[in-house]
Amino acid sequence: MAVTSQAPARDGATATEEQPQPAPSVTRRRAGRGAPRRHWPAVVPFFAFMAVCFGLPACTLAYNAFTVIDPATGASHYSIDNVRHSLTGAYATGLAGSVKLSLLSAVLATVLGTVIAQALLGARSGALRKAVVSASGVFANFSGAPLAFAFIATLGTTGTVTRLLHLKSTGFSLYTFTGLVLAYLYFMVPLMVVTILPALDGIRAQWREAAASCGATKAQFWRHVGLPVLMPSLLGGAVLMFGTAFASHATAAVMTGSSVPLITIQIANALSGNVLVGQENLALAMSLNMVVIALLVMAVQIPLQRRSNRWLG
Amino acid sequence: MAGLTAVSRTAVPRTARKRPYGSILVLLLAALYFLVPVAASLWFTVDDPAKGLTFGAYAKGLRDDGMATSLGLSVRLGLATVALGLALMVPTMVVVTLRLPRLRRVVEVLCMVPLIVPPIALVAGVSTVLSWEDDLRTTPLWGTFQALHDKSFPLVLVLVYTVMSLPFLYRSLDGGLRAVDLKTLVEASRSLGATRRTTLCRVVVPNLRPAIVSGSVLSLAMVLGEFTVANVLGFEPFSVWMVHVGEYEAQLSVAAAMLSLLITWGLLLLLTNLAGGRTRARADRRKPTV
Repeated sequence: MAVTSQAPARDGATATEEQPQPAPSVTRRRAGRGAPRRHWPAVVPFFAFMAVCFGLPACTLAYNAFTVIDPATGASHYSIDNVRHSLTGAYATGLAGSVKLSLLSAVLATVLGTVIAQALLGARSGALRKAVVSASGVFANFSGAPLAFAFIATLGTTGTVTRLLHLKSTGFSLYTFTGLVLAYLYFMVPLMVVTILPALDGIRAQWREAAASCGATKAQFWRHVGLPVLMPSLLGGAVLMFGTAFASHATAAVMTGSSVPLITIQIANALSGNVLVGQENLALAMSLNMVVIALLVMAVQIPLQRRSNRWLG
Repeated sequence: MAGLTAVSRTAVPRTARKRPYGSILVLLLAALYFLVPVAASLWFTVDDPAKGLTFGAYAKGLRDDGMATSLGLSVRLGLATVALGLALMVPTMVVVTLRLPRLRRVVEVLCMVPLIVPPIALVAGVSTVLSWEDDLRTTPLWGTFQALHDKSFPLVLVLVYTVMSLPFLYRSLDGGLRAVDLKTLVEASRSLGATRRTTLCRVVVPNLRPAIVSGSVLSLAMVLGEFTVANVLGFEPFSVWMVHVGEYEAQLSVAAAMLSLLITWGLLLLLTNLAGGRTRARADRRKPTV
């Protein structure tokens, strides 16, 4: 999250706002009617909502992940057993599988999305651009269960394309790691296209001309000017792609069931009670692992975003 | 990166008149990848290997009570989520922009945090909280818990979906607030004698309309397609019904998937028409070169 460095100061600010008398500079009214009015009541519902609907589940998650219920006595006690179990055996495989799937599809989506976006700019057609951008919006939102069904109907065992091209004889199966990557790209690539287009717009024609008049080839322009300027946006896009792929559950659950080990599917199974006695909180520990990984990946992005803003902002 | 280099060549003014074949090829390949699954799915819904062309799946879908019920539930959940999200976010964002700028960062972080907690992790926490119900049987809170997971309209889904839609709402509203000089507008309105309520309804909201519409549409699209949370908590909105029916009626579920693509498309089309006018004009003025 983009805030860690400033968090202490901002937390201080929250504390001030919740006191009955906010700092004068904040409350001073410009219209000059009546007594100074307090503004913080307007934001109380938001903070209350977040505390109850997000804070409560999140804290329960973090607390219970470190709690084990003794099957014999029913008493709960503090322990790191859940976390230990969630990082060993089948659950470790699931976590690794999720990370691998997300990494691969994020890299592919970043590269393909950028190439398509650049091709779109290269085609220099306003109408085409408008059409592709709105289509990208639709496909980027076409994920989850409907996407899984579209792919099953296309490339599944009795899918239209499978029958048409006799894919079964080639040994292709949709219900594998490759199949999942193929399906994930269907909503990730359009998301990358709409994410990266503004950054590509920021590559000025003058920069190319300047590079060209200094004798640089196109390859040199991209290597020394284009990509370095784009790099923060590309990495930001890649992080977004990773997060999207990492969090997605429905597509994989509907398409492959449990045949490809993924942590999201294992959490869903554990939540529906498919765990050993005494490991009821295992799902929470696995969820906590997911949050930690997502945090680590997001943290990569923060210093880069600032540099990007300087050039493309 | 080879593709990138080849493609970029065409964009240089010197070679401007050359047809951008590289770009066209890339776009055609992309179009193929994106259109084939849609076309193949549509064909799948109308093609019966035994009987040939049939529209049975669509007829069955229209007759199916489960479809109407689940789609209705999804729509009601979506509208309630948007209403709650806007009721929370519009006043907060406006007040923070105008009067409490020091809170801006805090609100931003809180709205973006749901992005790092995947839905499955969030629902793991929520289901734990819901499991306290039995311990609270003797307290007044028990009634609240009962209302939260009422099968006909599960409020808990509205609450969780609202949390999940905060990033969309925040981003659109933040963009909208940056695009207008709200402070001047509000001061002008107030100095002309308008009350706070009038200012909010007739000055602030109309100026934020594109942002409000785009945030709402994105949230609505998210709720209509959501599967994970509803499935884990045991409710049956549209996408969960689609999966359940898929276990015995493959064609029907694919037809439902196509319907949901159509709904998404319709929603986003609505968005461009409702919110596009003003923003597009502004964007065109700013970027004449594109």
